[in-house]
Amino acid sequence: MLGLTITQWLFGILSFMAIMFALMVVFTRNPVNSVLYLVLTFFCIAGHYLLLNAQFLAVVHIVVYAGAIMVLFLFIIMLMNLNADTEPRKHIATRAIAGVVGGVLLFVMVGALKGAEQLQMVQGGASQIGLVKNLGKVLFSEFLFPFEIASILLLAALVGAIMIGKRDTNINSKETINN
Amino acid sequence: MLNGIPINYYIMLSAVLFIIGVIGVMARRNAIIIFMCIELMLNAVNLLLVAFSTLHNDASGQVFVFFIMAVAAAEVAVGLAILSMVYRNFKTIDIDLLSRLKN
Repeated sequence: MLGLTITQWLFGILSFMAIMFALMVVFTRNPVNSVLYLVLTFFCIAGHYLLLNAQFLAVVHIVVYAGAIMVLFLFIIMLMNLNADTEPRKHIATRAIAGVVGGVLLFVMVGALKGAEQLQMVQGGASQIGLVKNLGKVLFSEFLFPFEIASILLLAALVGAIMIGKRDTNINSKETINN
Repeated sequence: MLNGIPINYYIMLSAVLFIIGVIGVMARRNAIIIFMCIELMLNAVNLLLVAFSTLHNDASGQVFVFFIMAVAAAEVAVGLAILSMVYRNFKTIDIDLLSRLKN
């Protein structure tokens, strides 16, 4: 079929779907649909990771992004009761300018990156570094300290999110006393 | 050699995804959608890191992507907490309206 291998077909289809879903994220008016399209985009990117034989990252990507982060987004959107009717829209001129600026940026980036690393093939199936065993060895020997720091960062984010998110009872009680 | 995909294709795909994210940040007013577009940009960069890591057969790139995912999760948790607090106080997350509330 056109001289393409199955890997190349998969790459083409996954790329097309990822770009289409990403465009739908930006151009859909309903925020809930936007989140769902972003989940589909993430699944396509996870497929790309599988093509590159980065199996550990593919699984982590689905669990962390599609499983955790997107559910968080969906919860917040449903909590705020957002839908297409409440969706604020920018002025048409602003949106046109955004499109033009994005197009020019794409033009510049494609022009700048056109000749980069020409003809170097990514040997997806042959590479073994993305497997859990090999990646775990690197992660827990060479990158052990950053790994521990990341856990502290996550703990700090957890405490920070709870502190910011909780209703400030002191201020409310003061206001009721003043009233 | 026939089984591989040129690294150029990955560079172009990442550039296109990144720029869709940039357009989303500029064109939308809903703060949550802007957050999602930032996630899209992060993912474009992640994809390119994994592609180059496979190309050079070096695991550091994939470990780096792992850390980026951890930081993105932390960022989203704090960011959405801030947004829900803003919504509770102002009853809107339209960034054009929020910028007028500075004073």
